Amino acid sequence: MQIPRLPLGEGIEFIIDFLVDHCAFATKALSAFLEHGLDLLEDGMLAIPPIVFIIIVALLAWRLSRKKSIGLFALLGLLLILNIGLWKATVSTIALVLIATLIAIAIGVPLGIGAAMSKHLHKIIMPTLDVMQTMPAFVYLIPAIPFFGLGKIAAIFSTVIFAMPPAIRLTCLGIKQVPPELVECAEAFGSTRSQRLFKLELPLAMPTIMAGVNQTVMLALSMVVIASMIGAKGLGGEVWKAIQRLQMGNGFEAGIGIVIVAMILDRVLQKVGAKKRS
Amino acid sequence: MSKIKVENLYKIFGTVPRKAMKMLQAGATKDEIMEKTKHGVGVNNASFSVEEGEIVVVMGLSGSGKSTLVRCINRLIQPTSGNVWIDGQNIMQLDRNELRDLRLNKLGMVFQNFALFPHRTVVQNTEYGLEISGMDAAVRREKAMEALSLVGLEGWEESYPSQLSGGMQQRVGLARALALDPDILLMDEAFSALDPLIRRDMQDELINLQEKMQKTILFISHDLDEALKIGDRIVLMKDGAIVQIGTPEDILTNPADEYVARFVETADITQVLTAETVMKKSEAVANLKTDGPRAALRKMKTNAISCLITLNTAHQVVGVVTAEDCRDLVAKGERDLNTILVKDPVTVLPDTPAAELIQLIYDLPYPLAVVDENNKLKGVIVRGRLLAALAERGNIDADS
Ligand SMILES: Nc1ncnc2c1ncn2[C@@H]1O[C@H](COP(=O)(O)OP(=O)(O)O)[C@@H](O)[C@H]1O
Ligand SMILES: [Mg+2]
Repeated sequence: MQIPRLPLGEGIEFIIDFLVDHCAFATKALSAFLEHGLDLLEDGMLAIPPIVFIIIVALLAWRLSRKKSIGLFALLGLLLILNIGLWKATVSTIALVLIATLIAIAIGVPLGIGAAMSKHLHKIIMPTLDVMQTMPAFVYLIPAIPFFGLGKIAAIFSTVIFAMPPAIRLTCLGIKQVPPELVECAEAFGSTRSQRLFKLELPLAMPTIMAGVNQTVMLALSMVVIASMIGAKGLGGEVWKAIQRLQMGNGFEAGIGIVIVAMILDRVLQKVGAKKRS
Repeated sequence: MSKIKVENLYKIFGTVPRKAMKMLQAGATKDEIMEKTKHGVGVNNASFSVEEGEIVVVMGLSGSGKSTLVRCINRLIQPTSGNVWIDGQNIMQLDRNELRDLRLNKLGMVFQNFALFPHRTVVQNTEYGLEISGMDAAVRREKAMEALSLVGLEGWEESYPSQLSGGMQQRVGLARALALDPDILLMDEAFSALDPLIRRDMQDELINLQEKMQKTILFISHDLDEALKIGDRIVLMKDGAIVQIGTPEDILTNPADEYVARFVETADITQVLTAETVMKKSEAVANLKTDGPRAALRKMKTNAISCLITLNTAHQVVGVVTAEDCRDLVAKGERDLNTILVKDPVTVLPDTPAAELIQLIYDLPYPLAVVDENNKLKGVIVRGRLLAALAERGNIDADS
């Protein structure tokens, strides 16, 4: 007997089509709104003279990380980017990553808290995360298009999906790692659940949550090249262009640009996380 | 009405405690139940009460269920069956909000490992309970500072717990509980994690504080010396069950069974016995006003002693007369004991520990008078009797 081929793909397609038919008008509207916001952010950032912008970022990196070397690295790295003519692309990438990370954190941290507080939610969220993290990132691009149309917002959407899991996981982990005797103490004093969360668990989980945020930012950055395939421009777009035209030099330049942005963000966020711990 | 009353309390750890409960009530041991049902017995049919202003120490080896018992009282652990009353209110019937109120207002808790919040300063830790009760920031800060000064931690408010020694951390733990001014303090091995010297200080301090505060304290300890020192009464636990309840005296002098007796053997008896417990209540005395030397000599003779503690008419100790001096007086034909009275005799209060008595009595040529605050005679300690009392408990090292 031959088992007929199960229509798995067809099923998923059906569901997505159904959602597209019924929700796309809303997501498209959201998309237009977000796109407008993103453009504003980008234009705003571009309106600042690059040198001023670079100095501000370098100072910020220095103050936040409390390390001169990181400030200096930011200064030189960004000057290099400016020098090789990738400034506009970089600003566009930073804006996209910023928005995507903020959304990912705004959704991911509450979900992580929920997973730590409710066993049921934990049982639903954790396997979902496994799927999200092992699914090749390219796959997210496909449904993003019908919902949001080609362009930056579809890119942000797939970036959020791709980058969110560490924020959820590490928030949950951070809360669960709070020593049980402290939790017991909070209970013994008659704390409500939210008092326990805000006065004990979240402050103690903060370094772990920051590590999750850091990872989310890094994943978002690593997604920019992939996302450029559906119309996000920026540094990822430069890489993608170089791939299509086999321009090795340009490709590496844009790649180095991504690395510089990633390293600045990583070092600063790491130090911010570590500072909270002490 | 008892402040805390615990009645037939059981706690079985595991998913289906019914079967384990049945076995337990049928007389199975904790180990048998663990082996057969994989359920742990935390507390086995405990009943006792704590009166207002009393310190009751729950004592037992590690794993005997002390922590479980105390956590059943504020329901950090949900008992399997039984009842707990606090001020006549059955706390098993409280809903979540009522329980929270009870914990916040009546039950302060101090933990073995301090359980201080590392991200909060000393004063922020101390005001935690006040903060979650919604008290105004300025008022609660003031109360927290008061509590900190009560435990001798002024000047440390802005430090973090990690900057403090163990003893100081536990003072913060105590201040945190006291800041709420609860009627009842639950102290789970509060001093067990401290060095012996610091621990003794903390015990003394708790006793001092208690004299001022008159809280009701349920203190958990695995150390008999500690229990004897601070407990008005002691509850002895073994394998989740209570094996004896009594005053330190009761526990020492009438251990209920082998288990208690073994505990008692390890206690440092000289810290436990006091002047009151080893003194002779009725001993011959001379009466300064009415007795002459002949009467005094007769009393010494009938009691086979060589000196007499002498009292005035108000029954206050004024001195000692010796047989030798009495005979001299008779020979001179005089009769006023005042002329031969050895004045300012050494006296002790009833709660003086035996350890101090040994030192005192060692080079004292006559008996030691035990007096109350008004210098009235309560009893007399003679050296032989003291040593016998100590030796009786098998723990005497005569010159210690
Ligand atoms: N959460 C728990 N789950 C299962 N068994 C427990 C739990 N807590 C305590 N027990 C068991 O209950 C018994 C009493 O423990 P506990 O009250 O902590 O003793 P103590 O405080 O006297 O050392 C021990 O045998 C312990 O293993
Ligand atoms: Mg314990």
